[in-house]
Amino acid sequence: MSVVFFVLTAMTLAGALAAVLLKNLVHCALSLTVAFAGLALLFLELDAQFVAFVQILVYVGAVAILVVFAILLTRSAETPKAGGVFSRTWLAGLSVAAAVFAVLGWAVLESTPWLPQTTEAPAADVGQIGEALMSRYVLPLEIVALLLTAALIGAVIVAMHEKDGAQ
Amino acid sequence: MLGEGILKGLAETAKNFAGSYVSKDRLTTVQYPEERIAPIEATRDFPFLVYDGEDWQAGLRCVACQICEKECPPKCIYIEKSKDKKPDYVGKPQIYPARFDIDISVCMSCQICVEVCPFEAIKMDTVFELATEDRFGGLLLDRSKLAKSNEYYHTIHPTEAAEVDARLAEEKAKVEAKARAAAEAAAAKAAAAPAAGAPAKTEPPAVKPAGGAE
Amino acid sequence: MLEKADQVFVLLLHWLVGYLPAAWRPASGVLLCVVAIIAVYPTLFALAVLLERKGLGRMQNRYGPNRVGPFGILQPVADGIKSLTKEDIVPFNADALVHFIAPLMLVVAVFMGFAVLPMGRNMVLVDLDASLLFFFAMGASTELSVFMAGWSSRNKYSLLGAMRAVAQMISYEVPLLLSTVGVVMITGSLSLVDIVDAQNRYTWGLAHWNVFKPWGLAGFAMFVIASMAETNRSPFDLPEGESEIVAGYFTEYSGFKFALFFLGEYVGMFGIAGLGTSLFLGGWSSPLAVLSWVPSWIWFFSKVMVWICFFIWVRGTMPRLRQDQLMNFAWKFVLPMTLLNLLVAAEWRFVADMWLRWIAGMVIVVGAYVLMGRVGMRREHFGPRTYRYAE
Ligand code: SF4
Ligand code: SF4
Repeated sequence: MSVVFFVLTAMTLAGALAAVLLKNLVHCALSLTVAFAGLALLFLELDAQFVAFVQILVYVGAVAILVVFAILLTRSAETPKAGGVFSRTWLAGLSVAAAVFAVLGWAVLESTPWLPQTTEAPAADVGQIGEALMSRYVLPLEIVALLLTAALIGAVIVAMHEKDGAQ
Repeated sequence: MLGEGILKGLAETAKNFAGSYVSKDRLTTVQYPEERIAPIEATRDFPFLVYDGEDWQAGLRCVACQICEKECPPKCIYIEKSKDKKPDYVGKPQIYPARFDIDISVCMSCQICVEVCPFEAIKMDTVFELATEDRFGGLLLDRSKLAKSNEYYHTIHPTEAAEVDARLAEEKAKVEAKARAAAEAAAAKAAAAPAAGAPAKTEPPAVKPAGGAE
Repeated sequence: MLEKADQVFVLLLHWLVGYLPAAWRPASGVLLCVVAIIAVYPTLFALAVLLERKGLGRMQNRYGPNRVGPFGILQPVADGIKSLTKEDIVPFNADALVHFIAPLMLVVAVFMGFAVLPMGRNMVLVDLDASLLFFFAMGASTELSVFMAGWSSRNKYSLLGAMRAVAQMISYEVPLLLSTVGVVMITGSLSLVDIVDAQNRYTWGLAHWNVFKPWGLAGFAMFVIASMAETNRSPFDLPEGESEIVAGYFTEYSGFKFALFFLGEYVGMFGIAGLGTSLFLGGWSSPLAVLSWVPSWIWFFSKVMVWICFFIWVRGTMPRLRQDQLMNFAWKFVLPMTLLNLLVAAEWRFVADMWLRWIAGMVIVVGAYVLMGRVGMRREHFGPRTYRYAE
């Protein structure tokens, strides 16, 4: 735990909080990007280069852009009127969020030994990650690949359908 | 095959690139301050006032009729009439512009003033190096700057100027012929009617040539 | 002596750093490298702008700039002074903070990419394990700054330009990434240093550059196309199509911020050219074994400059694509080609026989190219146009 860690954590948390609290949707999306970048830097701090770069490439480079696109294409980026931001089903939302948090917290508590590790951090270079993905985790990888392909085809079909309808 | 057109295009631009270093003919640019193209007769940009003879103040053809001032679309002409008169090219006494200003920062070079002028007094110039440091005064041209001689007009627009001169000469000749005819008729009448009492008419157009239209 | 010339910058760095106390050395060494990068690339930028303006002029049978200094070579200086002394105008309605951050972010992200480019033997700032990925991550974060610039200006042209830019960059990022995967597959490393080292071998005096192999050639071609689109270069310069949307996402920028965008664009071009050089053209290695005595950094920078000149040449040749042509080209031609190229790379990796793998690779690449050029790029025939007027 170093100064860098705390700075990065503060940055990530600030970004995430701003993403929830700001009124202007585009500002929210941009602060979400700050949170993503902070996470990536945290990974880098933990010597997980590959994950960090992929985090930037995928989240900052693609997901953030998608979010922004979605905001711009679906509704105007105007600031909503006061009082209009709260959903009526906030109770359900809160319970879902609490449940997710609980599961995550449980997983973290279960898996991590609650004592500082004294062994040397395992060096996870790209080659090892690749080998793991292609041997031990090949089934999940393939399932994810299948899922993504299905999503891709689905998106194409939706787009084609719209075009037919327009004609 | 895909990309053939692109290769052809690349070859073409490469040819142009290399060629422009080899042959001067390809480069159509005229490097302006050092090189100039020969003046083109049909050029026109801003109006000027034509004068005949040596003295521009005496020879201005403009009679301050203010037609151009009224017709100018952006209203960039300002004319003040004179109180006295001076003879025009046929010798008729006419008023003249005591002030004649054109704001060439407003003028849009439409040439309407030239077309409406009944006296061939205003023509289009070809000067273009009019840059000045004073954006108001420097671009407001007064009489003295606008007045240019008929010879100058001949040098910039020879064909047009010759036509104008021919027309003016014709008009002058007509006026003179008319005056002569009138004088002859008067003389004949005077001769034919020995009876006294015939009033000796004085014809209004002065016959003696004035300092114009050479 | 030649050895010294090759390593002159490395030795210079060591010599300079040697004057400092030992504790400061690593940090100050990195700092010096950063300063060098920040000094060298803007200089190259000035050179490239001049080359571009003169070259384009010559291609169109004009002189190009020739007034400032002898043959106009001081034109970039004049341009620089002009843009630095211009008034910085921020639109009244603009989102001032985002408007301010966007150009900075762009330039920073673009410069970050150079950290992993090997610009000569032993001349790389950080030799990361996944440097290729790092480069692409930095490239991807420029997209966001483009969007920020366009959105925060509150100008319809800016927003349109930003949307176009982002859509285009996302579409072409996929083939750009995929075209490099072949190289990674064969080399077995994501590190650019390793990739360049792997190409620095010679058979019969000829270098083992990736571009000399079937999968490399196809990958190279696709990389060039995708890199032009990534850097918004003509013929893919829709985001700044001046005839339609003024200047695209930086319409509302003036003065120094405009200069930053301009700089970012060109430096991004250098970055991607450097990456392509490292991946396919052997980085700092010489093409022929007999020319190996030329210092490695000369090779690297001259390759980059040749690449830039090619970009300029293409810009002088081709008209701008239409949006639908752009997308069709990306998804129906470039992307399938890069995917097929993976197959060729795999074939190259696993077929041991020298001749067989050459022939099979060439057949697949050329066949796919011809076929896809015929089928995928068939011209769409539009019917007579109909117009609907706004009520
Ligand atoms: S220039 Fe011609 S139209 Fe204008 S005031 Fe003089 S005579 Fe009249
Ligand atoms: S050219 Fe047209 S605008 Fe200029 S002074 Fe004559 S009438 Fe006016």
